Amino acid sequence: MTLPAAPVALAAGDEMPTEVVGPLTRTDFVRYAGAGGDFNPLHHDDELARAAGRPSVFGMGMLHAGMLGTRLARWVGPDNVRSYTVRFTGQVWPGDVLSLDGRVDAVEPGEGLPVARLSLTVTRQTGEVVLRATASAVVAAT
Amino acid sequence: MPHNTDAVGKRYDPVVYAVGREKVKEYALAVGETNPLHLDVAAARAAGHADVVAPPMFAVVYQSPSVMPALFDPEVGIDFAMLVHSAQEFRWERLVVAGEELTTATTVAAISEKGGMGFFDFEVETVDAAGKPVATGIWKMIVRGEA
Repeated sequence: MTLPAAPVALAAGDEMPTEVVGPLTRTDFVRYAGAGGDFNPLHHDDELARAAGRPSVFGMGMLHAGMLGTRLARWVGPDNVRSYTVRFTGQVWPGDVLSLDGRVDAVEPGEGLPVARLSLTVTRQTGEVVLRATASAVVAAT
Repeated sequence: MPHNTDAVGKRYDPVVYAVGREKVKEYALAVGETNPLHLDVAAARAAGHADVVAPPMFAVVYQSPSVMPALFDPEVGIDFAMLVHSAQEFRWERLVVAGEELTTATTVAAISEKGGMGFFDFEVETVDAAGKPVATGIWKMIVRGEA
């Protein structure tokens, strides 16, 4: 596997190869709870989640934000990601299959190398967008 | 339910976080990471790093111990049953590798209210052992009003 360390050449309109993850399981949520340190019981205790009016436990936002961030870092190289801003617009449930997508909106001059402005989404199998993100990454001059 | 804005500007004592190799790997695997830089010491060293590289979003892990006391601060007054993590922003200066000690400080950046909901923004700054900036996080929380 080749992974970028040096900035890669990207242009406006370039699309990140889509990654599909899932179906997500409660075990995925629990693994992230331990790894990320988020022990809000709404993400692992079904009984409590139902008592709080939810159909079941649901995934923590930082789990799919982390999955998308990881996908982005593999595309542009982890050293080249400069910023990443996510807004949560929906929830992720056990059994969900998520599509991780992104594209380059623009490439602008930076301090030295150019900087790509990207927009990214996480979408459920229903078509519902549960996360919208923007990011910036240093890219190679073309 | 009015929210008290007195805590705006409050800064909490910095918290030190030691980045561990197995913790980096644990996080990387939990978010589906496959890049060997984050999982394999030999691969990381071959790429010129001292140890496994933390994925950029590992910032969540090293900043959380600094953010949590602010979220739980009675002066901030967040009702946890109504808390939603609404948005998150990170800016990075450089990559972090296992073995580093990072110091993170949280400030209450903004508290406002709209439509019965409270909006809480926390600005979180992480520096390395030399005091140089590593990452900045903006953690945005919404506290929903009574249903």
